[in-house]
Amino acid sequence: MKLEREYILKELSRIFNEKFEIKNPGVDDDLREEYEFDSIDAIELLVEIEKILGFPLSQEQKKMAMEVRTIDQICDYIQKMEYVGV
Amino acid sequence: MEKKVVITACSALTPIGHGKQQILHSLKNGLSGVKALRDDGLLSDYIHSKVFGTIDYPVEFDFKRSHRKTMGPVAFYACQVVKEVLEQAGLDDDFITSGRLGVAFGSTHGSPTIQRNIYKTFFSGSKDQFSTVSAVDYLKSMVHTTAVNITKMFGITGRVISSSTACTTSSQSIGFGYEMVKFGIQDAMICGGADEYDTTTVAVFDNLLACSTAFNDTPYLTPRPFEARRDGLVVGEGAGAVLLEEYNRAKKRGADILGEVIGFSCNNNGGDLILPNAKGIQETIRLGLESAKINAEDVDLISAHATGTKMGDVIEAQAIHSIFGDTVHVTGLKSYMGHTMGTCGVIETIIALYMMEKGFIAPTLNLEKIDKRCAMIKHVKDLMDSEIRIALVQNFAFGGVNTCLILKKV
Repeated sequence: MKLEREYILKELSRIFNEKFEIKNPGVDDDLREEYEFDSIDAIELLVEIEKILGFPLSQEQKKMAMEVRTIDQICDYIQKMEYVGV
Repeated sequence: MEKKVVITACSALTPIGHGKQQILHSLKNGLSGVKALRDDGLLSDYIHSKVFGTIDYPVEFDFKRSHRKTMGPVAFYACQVVKEVLEQAGLDDDFITSGRLGVAFGSTHGSPTIQRNIYKTFFSGSKDQFSTVSAVDYLKSMVHTTAVNITKMFGITGRVISSSTACTTSSQSIGFGYEMVKFGIQDAMICGGADEYDTTTVAVFDNLLACSTAFNDTPYLTPRPFEARRDGLVVGEGAGAVLLEEYNRAKKRGADILGEVIGFSCNNNGGDLILPNAKGIQETIRLGLESAKINAEDVDLISAHATGTKMGDVIEAQAIHSIFGDTVHVTGLKSYMGHTMGTCGVIETIIALYMMEKGFIAPTLNLEKIDKRCAMIKHVKDLMDSEIRIALVQNFAFGGVNTCLILKKV
């Protein structure tokens, strides 16, 4: 089943609020610049993304996420991984 | 040229209180911080010793997430006392980040709480495909987690020393920090140690038959250093930090000077890793006095390591007697809070500074009937007024490591 962007955004909003104490980040906000969201946080986020996707990501797939900077880009990444995973 | 090294701020988080006023209140009223061992869902059912030197009062940690995310409980303790020390000292940010301020801070073994979580993940048998060790678990649990979380939180860029020698961890931190400033390598050092609530350490000592078990129903009656009914040590938790500064710099900026570190020694027994060793202790005291360029008769107070074990206290009393006879007051501060492991050296140093300032000596708690084999030294049995000009703080650790710090009233 294809994940709707609206659902992904809602899940990300929940995760950023609960896990990273970042409330309602703008979809184009640079997470590193504005919220000190660093590479360690990105690794933690990947665990949550795997849960959204419902399957584990490979090391190579995870490395692709390291350049992602915004919520919008995270949505793109999740949808791309969903497509690859399927 | 050797520099004069002074202590300009200190703070401690202990089983008998957080900060000077609470700690002084407990010392002056003979209040113990030893409580019942908490159920940890893992080892506590198997441990015979059911007592622990516990921080059972709330501590508010006002740290932002970017700092908290790499911290286990031990780093929370460490950063809290260092925060208080920096606030007390009033150092400006330019100096803190200049590279002329270093950190010497350690713990017994990082964060055992986080280490347990890692092992639980490995050994739980869970088939959950997302079950994983967190990206930050190593940063939270590693043995130098206290030192580097401190540098991160305050932007400190100077030397980092992270001693981890069990019970001499924080006395080494102070000693090594003292040498950094004394020889001009750094202008100031934040020194100390922390250890969190941990039953692993209790289990280790329990297994060695070194823990107190006879006072499980009356925790405040143990440990009993030098006392006839003592039956072993009590593990505890805590944190402490001191700021060491080069004297002229401290004076120039108008800092409060709480005391001077005039000597430090550290040696090894050169043999057994566990058994107390009178010769090794005597030697570290002798080296400490030599380092401070003072004689035994110049010392007014000895803060003994005094864990309350059967043989350790006897050997320590013999070593003290062989150098000081029965002329110097001796107190065992672990009687109030148990053995805070890597933290004991800095907590005992801070309490010695408090006693110097206020002109009193806190007695060894629970010292009702002195063991005849420990009776040859000058025990402090009751709270007493006393001018303390020079205090000696001695600590010994598994592995045969001994330290001696010598403090002077300024």
